[in-house]
Amino acid sequence: MESTGLRITLRAWAVLVLILLFGPILVIIAYAFDPSVIQSWPIRGFTWHWFIVAWHDQAVRQAFLLSVRVGLLAAGIAMALGSAVAYGLHNFKFFGRESISFLLVLPIALPGVITGIALNNMFGFLNITLSALTIVIGHTTFCIVIVYNNLIARLRRTPRSLTEASMDLGARGWQTQLYVMLPQIATALVSGALLAFALSFDEVIVTIFTAGANTTLPIWIFGQLNRGQQLPEVNAVVTIVILLTIIPVLIAAKIAGTGGVVRTARATAEGTAASR
Amino acid sequence: MTAVARARPGQWSRVSGALWRRPWSRATLLLTPPLAWFLVVYVAALAVMLITAFWTVNPFTGNLERVWNLQNFSQILTNAGYLRIILTTVYMAAGVTLVDAVIALPFAYYMARVAAPRTRTFLFVCVLLPLWASYLAKVYAWLVMFTHDGVLNWGLARFGLGPQNMIYTNPAVFVVFCYIWLPYMIIPVYAAIERIPSSLIEASQDLGGRTARTAWSVIAPLALPGIVAGSIFTFSLTLGDYVTPTLIGGGNSDLIGTVIASNVGVANDLPLAAAMAMVPIAIMACYLLAARALGAFREI
Repeated sequence: MESTGLRITLRAWAVLVLILLFGPILVIIAYAFDPSVIQSWPIRGFTWHWFIVAWHDQAVRQAFLLSVRVGLLAAGIAMALGSAVAYGLHNFKFFGRESISFLLVLPIALPGVITGIALNNMFGFLNITLSALTIVIGHTTFCIVIVYNNLIARLRRTPRSLTEASMDLGARGWQTQLYVMLPQIATALVSGALLAFALSFDEVIVTIFTAGANTTLPIWIFGQLNRGQQLPEVNAVVTIVILLTIIPVLIAAKIAGTGGVVRTARATAEGTAASR
Repeated sequence: MTAVARARPGQWSRVSGALWRRPWSRATLLLTPPLAWFLVVYVAALAVMLITAFWTVNPFTGNLERVWNLQNFSQILTNAGYLRIILTTVYMAAGVTLVDAVIALPFAYYMARVAAPRTRTFLFVCVLLPLWASYLAKVYAWLVMFTHDGVLNWGLARFGLGPQNMIYTNPAVFVVFCYIWLPYMIIPVYAAIERIPSSLIEASQDLGGRTARTAWSVIAPLALPGIVAGSIFTFSLTLGDYVTPTLIGGGNSDLIGTVIASNVGVANDLPLAAAMAMVPIAIMACYLLAARALGAFREI
């Protein structure tokens, strides 16, 4: 056991780290409600004005809709491809299995700028015009690993005896998958898809190189920040983006909670940390 | 279970049966689409980029000349400016990794071994949320905090310290990197510490090891795989980032990522950008090999 002094020191350290982690996020949310056009601390009041401005801004609205569409498509394709590869790698042992799982993590282990310019370069090489579709292709590539990580962690924890029992009781292969395995893995699949959406919705580094003239919400924000324009409106938009990236994570942590939240949160987190 | 009992051999069942008898067909069916995607989209793109790095852009016409040469690489490796940028980036990545490890270790230890289960869950969510919260939002938050009238100068004024110029400097970029990648370090370190058997720590204490000795000789070596796993992210993500140096560093922060991005965008010299992109890839490859040689992947 740790001595009392040590425990107090560690607790104080934990509190400081929490302040560090959440302080900046809370500051930016506070600014979104600041009536002043000039950004200075402390804020001078409370208003919803900038959220209303953002709501009526056509550019923001279109960027938002594009981000949602791209996110849904990328998460959908990634769910199909990621679960296929998780199943394949979990159920079959073959030569080169390790290299496949290594390959899957590459788009995230390597800096995003590399994925970005590699795709940009190849699309140019093949004379493919950059469009919403090229954004989806880029996003899907790094979303697959999120779905894969979530699902393979669940598959490893699901005892093989369940499948065997189902087969012994006379179920056919597809029946086993549908009635026995699917309920076991459903939450992992959904949480993987949610996290993939959150990642895609927020992605800016790869997106800039694959978007061409299209503007997703993060690209709009990045553009405004670079030019230093309409910053109060940016505050409101950024606050909404924070919420939209956090909520899927909270839901994912909640629904994947079969074996105690910590256990699943840890699996999710290890998977996502190992993949983001 | 009634559904299982009522099932009649139909077309579905025949397909299912055929697949069941031939495992390789199932494996092929499952693995072909995702692997095809990866080979066609990602591996192909990386290969084309590698090839492009050996081409050049005609300085007069701006056209891509598909002639094999090493000009881009020799330019990067002989130009003092580029070498300085590479060194700055590597130093920054190493510094960020070190600072994050120092912050993460006590926090992860508290989370894994001191906190009550309920607190542990709470802390876990508290690390997950900032990890997932929008990257741009986090960078922007620091941009706002570093400005002349921002939170930090306001705080300094409370202590009677005059306003400091913090924004658009490399130290500011360093702080933001440390902040953004911190959760990526905490989670693997936590996972490593959680796995240490209590008996080892008790044994160290029984043998007279004081807190510092136990921390240094027992916990640190066993947490090392976690630190290395975390450092892969802190290191790699810092090496290639260009959004943070662009926004926080203004024009004053030249890192590998910004050089790559500006050569794609403004200068339109894709071959040079591609050659420059090989630098972080090479550094990461060396890093991963060194980490494996040190046995960092044995437990994870």
